Amino acid sequence: MSYKIPLGEWVANGVKWLETNDHGIFNQIGTVINGTTSGIENGLLAIPFVLFAAIFVGIGYWRRGWQFALFCAASLWLISNMGFVNQTLVTLALIISATMISLALGIPLGIWAGRSDRAESVIRPTLDFMQTMPAFVYLIPAAMFFGLGRVPGVIATVIFAMPPVVRLTSLGIRQVNKEQVEAGIAFGCTPTQLLVKVQLPSAMAALFAGINQTIMMALSMVIIASMVGAGGLGNDVLSSISRLDIGLGFESGLGVVLLAIMLDRITESFGVKKAAR
Amino acid sequence: MNTATTESEAKVVVKDLHKVFGNKPDIAMQMLREGRHKDEILKQTGQVVGVLDASFQINKGEIFVIMGLSGSGKSTLIRLLNRLIEPTAGAIIVDGEDVATMSKEKLLNLRRKDMSMVFQSFALLPHRTVVENAAFGLEIAGVEVKERERRAMEVLEQVGLNTFAKHLPAQLSGGMQQRVGLARALTVNPSLMLMDEAFSALDPLRRTEMQDVLIKLQQEQKRTIVFVSHDLDEALRIGNRICIMEGGRVVQVGTSDDILQRPADEYVKAFFTGVDTNKYLTAKDVAQKEQVTIFDHPDEPAAGFSAALERMRLYDRVYAFVLDEQHKVLGIVSVESLMACMNDPSKKLRDALLPGKEAIPSSMPLNEVLRKVVEYPCPLPVADEHGEYIGAITKTVLLRKLCKEKTA
Repeated sequence: MSYKIPLGEWVANGVKWLETNDHGIFNQIGTVINGTTSGIENGLLAIPFVLFAAIFVGIGYWRRGWQFALFCAASLWLISNMGFVNQTLVTLALIISATMISLALGIPLGIWAGRSDRAESVIRPTLDFMQTMPAFVYLIPAAMFFGLGRVPGVIATVIFAMPPVVRLTSLGIRQVNKEQVEAGIAFGCTPTQLLVKVQLPSAMAALFAGINQTIMMALSMVIIASMVGAGGLGNDVLSSISRLDIGLGFESGLGVVLLAIMLDRITESFGVKKAAR
Repeated sequence: MNTATTESEAKVVVKDLHKVFGNKPDIAMQMLREGRHKDEILKQTGQVVGVLDASFQINKGEIFVIMGLSGSGKSTLIRLLNRLIEPTAGAIIVDGEDVATMSKEKLLNLRRKDMSMVFQSFALLPHRTVVENAAFGLEIAGVEVKERERRAMEVLEQVGLNTFAKHLPAQLSGGMQQRVGLARALTVNPSLMLMDEAFSALDPLRRTEMQDVLIKLQQEQKRTIVFVSHDLDEALRIGNRICIMEGGRVVQVGTSDDILQRPADEYVKAFFTGVDTNKYLTAKDVAQKEQVTIFDHPDEPAAGFSAALERMRLYDRVYAFVLDEQHKVLGIVSVESLMACMNDPSKKLRDALLPGKEAIPSSMPLNEVLRKVVEYPCPLPVADEHGEYIGAITKTVLLRKLCKEKTA
C-alpha cells in the first residue's frame, strides 16, 4: 500500500467548507426545525397525560378494536409507572416532526422516481447509500452544522427514515396495472390527472406501508440521536449503557418497544383499510 | 356491408404506418427501406419491428376486426390509432386529421371527446364505484358531477347494469365488469371506439352475450368500431370487414366472404379453412369428463373389483380409468381384465391394468391424438403436466370437434 486516496479527508474538507460558507442557510433550517419540533413537544406536554392517553386509547379502539385499545391503555400506564412520561412525549415529538419532514420530501421524490426511469436510476443508489451508511455517521456532520440538540437529531433521523417511503411510493406507482394506466391515457388524462385519479389511488396501500416503515425507522433513529443531545427516551437508554445499569436499560428499552408497537399497529391499520376497500 | 369504399366514407385512413420498438428506430427504418427482413434487423440492431408498413381504411359505421395470432402486432396497431404507442413513421388520419402529428392539446381533446377504448383486462379503477368508473371519461373532460353521473346512468341502463351503479368492480363478475368497461367507453359518446381483445377474457357464453350487446348497441347508434381479436368465430360473427395480420404486416383486408373465397396467401387460407387448426388445438381442448373413474386404495385389504364392476355396469361402460388418491392416472381396466383377476385373492386392482395403455399428455397436438385414438380400443385418458386426470377423448368427441373446425 503506497498511496491512500484521501476520501475521508475530502469529505471532511467539503463539510468544513459548507460549514464556513453556508452558515446562514443552515441556521435558518435549524430554526425552522427547532421551532416545529419544540412546538409539537410543548403541545404534547401541555395536555394532561391522562387526556393524551385517552386520545391514544380512543384512536387504538377506532383503528383496531377493543383488544388493542386495552393494550394501549396498559402500555401507557406502564410507561407512566416507570416514570418515562416526559421522555416518551419528547421522543414522540421528535418522531412526528422527523416523519413529517420525511414524508414532505419523500412522497414527491417517490412519485418522481415512480414515473421516470431516469429519476429512479439516480434516486435508488442514493437511497441505498442513505440506508446502509451506519446511522451514527450522520450525527457527526449534523452536529457540526446545527450544533447539539434536537435539530441535528431530527436531520439525521430524516436522512435515515426517508428511504422506505420513497421506495414504496415509487414501487406502488410502478405496480399499477398497465392497462389501467393505458385506460387513463386513452380517456384523455393529463399527466397530473393520471397521477391523481389513476396511479395514486392504486398506490395507496404501498404508500401507507412506506409511511409505516418510515415511522418505525424514525423511532429507532431518534433513540440513537440522543447521542447528540436530541433527548427523550434515548437519553435513558444512553445513560443506562454508560452506567451499565441493566434495570434502567430494560425499562427504557421497554418504553421504546411499547411506543413502537402502538405506532406501528395504528399506522399499519390505515394501509390495510385502504387496501381492503 | 359493401366493400367498395370511397375516401369520403372513410373514418380512419392508415398510411404506411410503422412501429419500431427500441432506441435506434432510425437505423431500423433505414434497413426496412433497403428491403431487409425484420428478423435480420432484430439480430443486427436489437430493434423490434412491431408494425410494418400498414395501410388500410376503416369506413364510417363499420365494425372493423383486426385478427391475428399473438405476436402478430394487432395490439400494437390498435394502440397506434390513439397514440398510446407513438408511431415511428406513417400517418393515421381520423376524420381528415393526422393523429400521428397532431399537437398534445388536440390529441387530448380527441381522446376525451371522440375516441374511447375498451381493454382486455377491463382496466376498471378498483377504488371507484361502477357509476364513477362509467363517468370517468367525462370527469377527465371536466363535466360536473351531476351531469356526468346522469349520463353514465343512462349508458349503464343500456348495458343492463343500472342496479349495480353503487357497487365496486370487484363485486361484479367478469362479464359484468366488461359491461362497465363498455359503458365507460360509451359514456363520452365517441364516434370511434377501439376494443382490444375486449371479450377474450370472458367464457364462451358471456363472450357471445357481450357480442350481442355490442351488435344491439351498434344497431341503435352507428359508431365506427375497431375490434382486435384472435378468435375466428368472433371475427366472423361481429365483423363487417376483417384485417388479417401476420408478423407485424397487414396480410389482407376484406369482408369475411372476400377473404374466404379469395385468400391472399397460404397463411390467410390456413386461418380460415381450419386445415392447420389441428396444430393449434391440443388434447386438453377436446377432453371431456364423461368416463368412469375408479380410485385405487392400495392400503385396503379388499381390492375393490366388485365395486369397480358394479360402477361400470351402472354407467354401461366396458372400460374404466384407475386413478390413485392424488388423481394420477394409473391406467385402464376393462370388464374382462377385472373378471380375470377377481377370483385370485393375491391380485390387486393394479394387476388388472391393461398393458401399455397409458394416459396421454394434455399438451399433445390433435393430429397426434388422432393416431392414438385409432390405436386404442377405448377412450383416451388425458393427464395434465402433473399426471393428474383431466378428462378423456372418445372417437365421437374428436370427430365432432374436427368437423366443427373444418366448417368454421
